[in-house]
Amino acid sequence: MNAESYERLLPEITPENRPFWDGLAENELRLQCCDACGEYRFPDSEVCPRCLSGSFSWRAVSGKGRLWSWIRMHQKYFDAFDEVRPYLVAYIKLDEGPAVISTLGETPDDLAIDLPVRAVFEPGFSERTVLKFTVERPEPVA
Amino acid sequence: MQHEPAEIAIVGVGQSDFRALYAPTDRPRDAYALAAGALREAIDDCGIDKDEIDGLLCSRVEYGRLATVLGLRNPRFVHDLEGSGRMSGVALQEAVALIANGAADVVACVYGNNGRSARMRYGGEGGGPTVAYDEMYGMTSPGAYVAMMYQRYRGMYGASEDALAPLAINNRRHAALNPAAVLQKEITREDYLESRFIAEPLRLLDYCLINDGAVAFIVTSMERARTLRKPPVRVAATAGMAHITNYYTAEDFFYSACQDVASRLYRQTGIAPEEVDCLQIYDNFTPTIVFTLEGFNHAPRGEGWSWVDEEKIRHDGPRPLNTAGGHTSESYMQGWAHHVESVRQLRGEAGARQVPGCRTVQYMCASPIVTSHILTNDEAVAR
Ligand SMILES: [Zn+2]
Repeated sequence: MNAESYERLLPEITPENRPFWDGLAENELRLQCCDACGEYRFPDSEVCPRCLSGSFSWRAVSGKGRLWSWIRMHQKYFDAFDEVRPYLVAYIKLDEGPAVISTLGETPDDLAIDLPVRAVFEPGFSERTVLKFTVERPEPVA
Repeated sequence: MQHEPAEIAIVGVGQSDFRALYAPTDRPRDAYALAAGALREAIDDCGIDKDEIDGLLCSRVEYGRLATVLGLRNPRFVHDLEGSGRMSGVALQEAVALIANGAADVVACVYGNNGRSARMRYGGEGGGPTVAYDEMYGMTSPGAYVAMMYQRYRGMYGASEDALAPLAINNRRHAALNPAAVLQKEITREDYLESRFIAEPLRLLDYCLINDGAVAFIVTSMERARTLRKPPVRVAATAGMAHITNYYTAEDFFYSACQDVASRLYRQTGIAPEEVDCLQIYDNFTPTIVFTLEGFNHAPRGEGWSWVDEEKIRHDGPRPLNTAGGHTSESYMQGWAHHVESVRQLRGEAGARQVPGCRTVQYMCASPIVTSHILTNDEAVAR
């Protein structure tokens, strides 16, 4: 991938979203959690979408979720992804509630909806660690 | 003057020659010139005096410039709606509300789009905070968010690989009967399966056709409509409900919002879904038709993909659907041209694609703002 054009696709780090990016750098997925009602939200926003409280804390979450759906993008929309087409994009439902767009670190052939996934943290070629997911495989029975 | 909401009609319609506008051009066309042309045609269609227009609702063009171009100096109500497809249904709803409460008597709803000649891509150009975290994964474009829904739908209900083909084929067959449609060469199931993937599982032939063009319609009271040139098309009922989340992808495929809208429409009109003569369904991408058929009780939940059948949904079949060719073949006019087609079907003006004995048409749009209307002609009332 072209590093320069990829960098341009990364969200700007702001005072509001910095805890998210700091978390990824420490291999943790952190989300805003409402102090008043416990609702998790993503992406960052000023108030709780459930109770409108403006009071929140950034909390590490399990990183577990399920593969709600996925697509393979064939069309060229971004220079950064031109050479890796078709590439997989996943819609992940986190166990804590919010949905995130992401991708799978490695892609098994037998994808299916609702496969359990967990977060993995990939240092990209930028300074940032990027959130991806991997399909959870049941532990082999000893 | 105030009016009962069910005593309001669409009286005039106008639209560009979409086929002619598909021709390449060096410079972006002027969306205002296109919009003015469509409104001129709508005015001619009903024979109303331009100066009677006292409400102006715009989408993708802005009232300041448009009213200047049109010489509409003193409308009593103006409003710019955003340039998204969900707004075509909202425009009619707002016109009905304005007339019902007496804020305006004759409302022009006008849409002008130069998306093709201005090289609009509907993807890759950013989209504000809701998608800020998506682009780093290469995720962009409304079609990709719809493809996410459809992939899941397939996983839930086992839709076959060619399940959407009848919808693409049907749109194209109707377009071949519509002189203004852009793509008129009929396609087969094989053509569908050979068309390239864009956001897999969706293919090029599932996608709307970006084009230049404009659409206008004029709305007024049934009372005033009776004095005009053409038979009035009554807005028997209209309803809407948003389904707004961070993504265009709706985790229930817009089902619950569609159900809410559907129940109000069918109750208000006393018309059951199977009694609707012609379905006009917002089809930015073909899966949206499947979600809509299920959400509005035209097909059982999970079975919309097998309910669609090429013989069933053709203009002379039992459940005519998107008789002008829809967004994939006529032109992507963001739901606006579906409104024009609804009116033409109810007036018997649809030529080779006319639905025999058409008395009721339902427009439906499953999107972050779900809207639907039931439109009727005088024969429906007399029934
Ligand atoms: Zn809260």
